[in-house]
Amino acid sequence: MQNLAQQLINYLLHLADTTLILSQRNSEWCGHGPVLEQDIAITNISLDLLGQSRNFYQYAAQLINESKNMQDTKALSSFGEGVGSEITEDSLAYLRTEREFKNLLLTELPNGDWGQTILRQYLFSQYQYLLFEQLQQNKDEQLAAICTKALKEIKYHIRWSSEWVLRLGDGTPESKQRMLVAINELWRYIGEMFIAVDYEKEMNIDLIALQNNWAEKVDVIFQEATLSIPKNTFMQIGGKTGTHTENLGFILTELQYMQRAYPNSQW
Amino acid sequence: MKINLTKYYYGDFGGDENVAGNEVKKTNDDASAWPLWEIFVRSKQGLDHKHVGSLHATDAQMAIENARDVYTRRQEGVSIWVIESKHITASNPDEAGELYEPAVDKIYRHPTFYVLPDEVGHM
Amino acid sequence: MNIQHFEQLFQSKIDKEIKIESKDWMPEAYRKTNIRQISQHAHSEIVGMLPEGNWISRAPSLKRKAILIAKVQDEAGHGLYLYSAAETLGMSREEMIADLNSGKAKYSSIFNYPSLTWADMGAIGWLVDGAAILNQVMLCRTSYGPYARALVRICKEESFHQRQGFETLLVLSKGTEEQKAMCQDAINRWWWPSLMMFGPKDSESTNNDQSMKWKIKRKTNDELRQQFVDMAAEQVKVLGMALPDDKLKWNPTTKHYNWGEINWDEFWAVVKGNGPCNKQRLAARNKAHNDGAWVREAANAYAVKKAKAQAAKEALEAA
Repeated sequence: MQNLAQQLINYLLHLADTTLILSQRNSEWCGHGPVLEQDIAITNISLDLLGQSRNFYQYAAQLINESKNMQDTKALSSFGEGVGSEITEDSLAYLRTEREFKNLLLTELPNGDWGQTILRQYLFSQYQYLLFEQLQQNKDEQLAAICTKALKEIKYHIRWSSEWVLRLGDGTPESKQRMLVAINELWRYIGEMFIAVDYEKEMNIDLIALQNNWAEKVDVIFQEATLSIPKNTFMQIGGKTGTHTENLGFILTELQYMQRAYPNSQW
Repeated sequence: MKINLTKYYYGDFGGDENVAGNEVKKTNDDASAWPLWEIFVRSKQGLDHKHVGSLHATDAQMAIENARDVYTRRQEGVSIWVIESKHITASNPDEAGELYEPAVDKIYRHPTFYVLPDEVGHM
Repeated sequence: MNIQHFEQLFQSKIDKEIKIESKDWMPEAYRKTNIRQISQHAHSEIVGMLPEGNWISRAPSLKRKAILIAKVQDEAGHGLYLYSAAETLGMSREEMIADLNSGKAKYSSIFNYPSLTWADMGAIGWLVDGAAILNQVMLCRTSYGPYARALVRICKEESFHQRQGFETLLVLSKGTEEQKAMCQDAINRWWWPSLMMFGPKDSESTNNDQSMKWKIKRKTNDELRQQFVDMAAEQVKVLGMALPDDKLKWNPTTKHYNWGEINWDEFWAVVKGNGPCNKQRLAARNKAHNDGAWVREAANAYAVKKAKAQAAKEALEAA
């Protein structure tokens, strides 16, 4: 059983990894979007998510360094062997392995086409909004403050991505078909958003309310988009505890390449 | 008039004589092309909206969102107006003479036309 | 009034530094030259996103990643401002992009060079953006109003690009031996292509230099190139690195640096499509455009549906 400090750190890493990996995926569109205006839009979202992840990593790093100063080496060992002596946002992002990353599986899936990308963004942003609304009441003030700041960004992400769900769901027969494929592809990764793992249990999150609210909101958008929510999907889980899809290893190989090839350097 | 531009400038890298510009035509029959919108941004409360440029969008809502991402990335605005370019009616520059020149000699419309004694102070 | 009269009037406006606006009378060649130059400038920004976008996923720190994303995104914005300016002359963005994708339209050859290491992000910012800024600052005073205004906006954003590039190199230059080597290597590879960005020598141009007369362009290629060399030769000292030119030497008489000779065969080879990355760059642009077609169509179809529904609703309310 982890102590409270460890749980908070793990939870922060989960939030940080999730936003970093989704940012990394969205940034793949930069320079390759379907139209210039939307290339800029998705890149903005990528930047917002990256900013959020940095806030979480920095806070996690601060907590780890503090616990280390208290000679609590046991706490340290669970946050990656290779992270070095002074923990920073970069050592946490660049020097932990695929089994240590705690991001949601949904975020590491390939972008697919534009439809799959904006659908993932919508499903995630809607979840993230409701989650952060709860977290801004959290008794940990720093966590609450980070979430409060992020909520404004997320509100816009929901607006932008839900409009795209409407456009593509109710656009042309081809776009609708592609959205159906995307729903089918992504849906089995939704479940883990609402299942608490060990380090989440003390965070005071009402996941049942979260899931109900989320389903309600998504249902409204899907109905307007003439799409429907799949029933009885078998859910894949494991991202939060470090058991990922095969995609994550490749993402980290690219993301961490420089820090691995040139250790202990300043950039 | 024969123009011989063999010199390539920055932003003008030469190329075929038949490239962009040599056949100006409107081809908006492309089903995937989006209409053009003109964007006006109020840079801060209390100032007029000012024309900043244009962009493409399928409707007014999207035009506003695109404008937010394209023209206010560095906090350049607090309010955005959009209008589809085709709805703008512009005065004809060939008529500039009759439209604006009659105002030129109406100097009595300007405050500096009136000479007042210094004792009046600022008026 | 005959055509000569219009042309005289037009030239007298130019001479008086009065900007030309989209609905003003202008010689057809002026319109064409501007469309070509502005659209190709726009293409350069868009293609220019590719060599740097290449390193977003591998940026060595989260801070550098954020900076690089913001920078490449700015370039998309610059392309957009420029396409908008060109559209005021009566050519649609779709047509311009079609010309780019078919290979008819050119863009700056510099982006046909590969970005091989992280240090290239620094060298591109410092040298490539640095060369671009010199050109663009001059073009802020170009005679066509919408182009000049787009450039004013671009120049405001561009100085961040050059500064972040130089700073990237500065950090490398103070780093490990490997980082220093990486820094020097990137400078070596990007130096000469950056000088080529200013175009052919003035002596190779025709006497009838219409672009200068029309004040589309306001300084000659060689003037700008020399200005660039003078700047970079000083700045490289701050990095403790060297420019790859053994003829580079301060000339106290001219108060300028003397320097070597550009490899013009390479210049023309790249212009003609035989650069290291010409094929890949065009393939990437075509793929993005083609993959996006169904998205753009669906968004149009949805907007039409919504407008119809709105009109029906209003008709019902009016009845």
